Amino acid sequence: MLKVNNLHVEIQGNEILNGLCLSVGAGEVHAIMGPNGSGKSTLANVLAGHEDYQVTAGEVLFNGSNLLELSISERACEGIFLALQYPVEIPGVSNVQFLKTALNSQRKYHQLNELDAMDFLQWLKTKVQQVGMEEQLLYRSVNEGFSGGEKKRNEILQMLVLEPKLAILDETDSGLDIDALKLVAKGVNAFRHVNTPKQQRAIILVTHYQRLLNYIKPNFVHVLLNGRIVQSGGPELALELEENGYASFVDKAS
Amino acid sequence: MTTQAKNLERFVGGEYPHGFVTELATDSLPPGLSESVIRQISAKKNEPEFMLQWRLQAYRHWLTLDVPTWSKVHYPPINYDDIIYYSAPKSASSGPQSLDDVAPEILQTYEKLGIPLHERAQLAGVAVDAVFDSVSVATTFKEKLADVGVIFCSFSEAVQKHPELVQQYLGSVVPFTDNFYAALNAAVFSDGSFCYVPKGTRCPMELSTYFRINSLNTGQFERTLIIVEDNSYVSYLEGCTAPMRDEHQLHAAVVELIALNNAEIKYATVQNWYPGDKEGKGGIYNFVTKRGLCQGNYSKISWTQVETGSAITWKYPSVILKGDNSIGEFYSVALTNNYQQADTGTKMTHIGKNTTSTIISKGISAGHGSNAYRGLVSVGQNASNAKNYSQCDSLLLGAHCSAHTFPYIEVRHPSAKIEHEATTSKISDEQLFYCLQRGITAENAVSMIINGFCKDIFRKLPMEFAVEAQALMEVSLEGCTG
Repeated sequence: MLKVNNLHVEIQGNEILNGLCLSVGAGEVHAIMGPNGSGKSTLANVLAGHEDYQVTAGEVLFNGSNLLELSISERACEGIFLALQYPVEIPGVSNVQFLKTALNSQRKYHQLNELDAMDFLQWLKTKVQQVGMEEQLLYRSVNEGFSGGEKKRNEILQMLVLEPKLAILDETDSGLDIDALKLVAKGVNAFRHVNTPKQQRAIILVTHYQRLLNYIKPNFVHVLLNGRIVQSGGPELALELEENGYASFVDKAS
Repeated sequence: MTTQAKNLERFVGGEYPHGFVTELATDSLPPGLSESVIRQISAKKNEPEFMLQWRLQAYRHWLTLDVPTWSKVHYPPINYDDIIYYSAPKSASSGPQSLDDVAPEILQTYEKLGIPLHERAQLAGVAVDAVFDSVSVATTFKEKLADVGVIFCSFSEAVQKHPELVQQYLGSVVPFTDNFYAALNAAVFSDGSFCYVPKGTRCPMELSTYFRINSLNTGQFERTLIIVEDNSYVSYLEGCTAPMRDEHQLHAAVVELIALNNAEIKYATVQNWYPGDKEGKGGIYNFVTKRGLCQGNYSKISWTQVETGSAITWKYPSVILKGDNSIGEFYSVALTNNYQQADTGTKMTHIGKNTTSTIISKGISAGHGSNAYRGLVSVGQNASNAKNYSQCDSLLLGAHCSAHTFPYIEVRHPSAKIEHEATTSKISDEQLFYCLQRGITAENAVSMIINGFCKDIFRKLPMEFAVEAQALMEVSLEGCTG
């Protein structure tokens, strides 16, 4: 589904990713781990098309076509979803309106009929239950006055509504207490396990901690250090990192 | 500048859709202002003597005044002798007639503007007085309103048919001594709308005036006078457009509202005068004095305005809270794009006891626009338990625009409770990225965020006009993102 080859990325002239390679197949969950400043968020943002980041070399193929040629919203409509590390507040725009506008934009892109308010709301409520969110949050302004946990759950709700092909969760677990973490994981698993052959979904989890992986079992774990992946393995790699930290990988990176 | 910021810049460069000119034979006076011009205007309108005397007094007073310079708007001096003070379509110059007599070009003009005047297509539930340059060309639903005793007609007709009401109330809220433009208006005003709601009457439909400037070099000076008697209610709407021209045109209107005991007036404006082009060439100078008097106890006046047009807007819809327990409200969205300038706000003058006022102002600046909120809340020495809440929010789009807030507060009674909040914000790149990442187009994202910002105000507009206002914001900011 996603193929990243030799990706080099700069932000304001500083190279953050240098020669990153990653391949994600349909139906797979990949965890990307690494210390602060290793380039995890850069990877997440560059895949979504954030304009602060310049790709200087390499290629990214998404379902066979060149992702880097697409605009931010085209990538979203093609099925790339980024759950932000710091979800943004939009005063005066209700959560329902935001979600409906987003979903209908994407449907329009795919030349599908727009959903009307009633149909949308009914369907939305089933998704709200999946992330254990209070319904009243739907009618509040997007993320305004939400607690940290509510903001992160709201990201997961958006993911469930938009049903992307590839969801990238950028430190969605950071700042969550254990109950909130479980609810987020429940939402992600609900998303993950609707894997009809036609609609296989992949997830990239960007995280610092092994904790999240207790609840969402990855197929692959990658260690990102100094802008490239230095080690890949199964879930056991995350446990090893938890035990020993990143120190043993520093040599490999340099 | 990031691409997202550039998108914003492009987004705010829309076209003005109402800029066409209607070709018509007109009956106009030559440019220039003198006592003789005023006498001719009065004679053309066949006015009673008291009107002529009032105009002449106003003119003589105006001659003693200087152009006000305290506001934050800049423009070259206006030569008042270059302006045509009276221009009427030939067919309408003999006064308001039945719709059958209105020139088809004029009917088409209003149709193009989305304000059909002929019976079968009239806006359901809205009575319209259509003012074209200097005269009212048609008023719809007059008979239906007359059935419940509501008088709704052009100002000229009111002078003829209800001179006692005009004489009693004209200038009672905005005297010609009030300011430079109010004096000029009193001297030369040519038409406008008049509305009288008798005691115990809830006006059964929305009333509306639609102002259109068409002729070149013509100033529009109209007056609106609304009187609502005890225990009555009216909701009134005003809309405005003008052709695109390279020259600036002057619009100096006066609106007076009078609410007696337990009466309520809601006055909403969707102002979309031609704002000038992208370089700031042309556009309407809109210097307007609007004031309401809550004369009776428990009376209420509320102003709602959506200001998207004009090269310059200079306007402070105000309320004098004279009656005890009276309420004044001001809800405003002012948008300035390109080189537009707006200096707008309100005055809430608390005189009676237990009076309450609310001010919510939303300023949006884009391009090189400059947007100032200027407000005065004054609490007099007998105004016990006066309450005011003011909120002024500014939203900046792009790097070349500006927003200013000038709130003045004068309190002469210790029991007054005054609250003021102000914020300035911009659409951040992160907000845009967030919307785009969810698949929303940049255009929709910006208009969604702006509508969110204005939501509290749009909610105050009658339904149909809330939709229109929302669409207007989109057109005014259109230009488009990629």
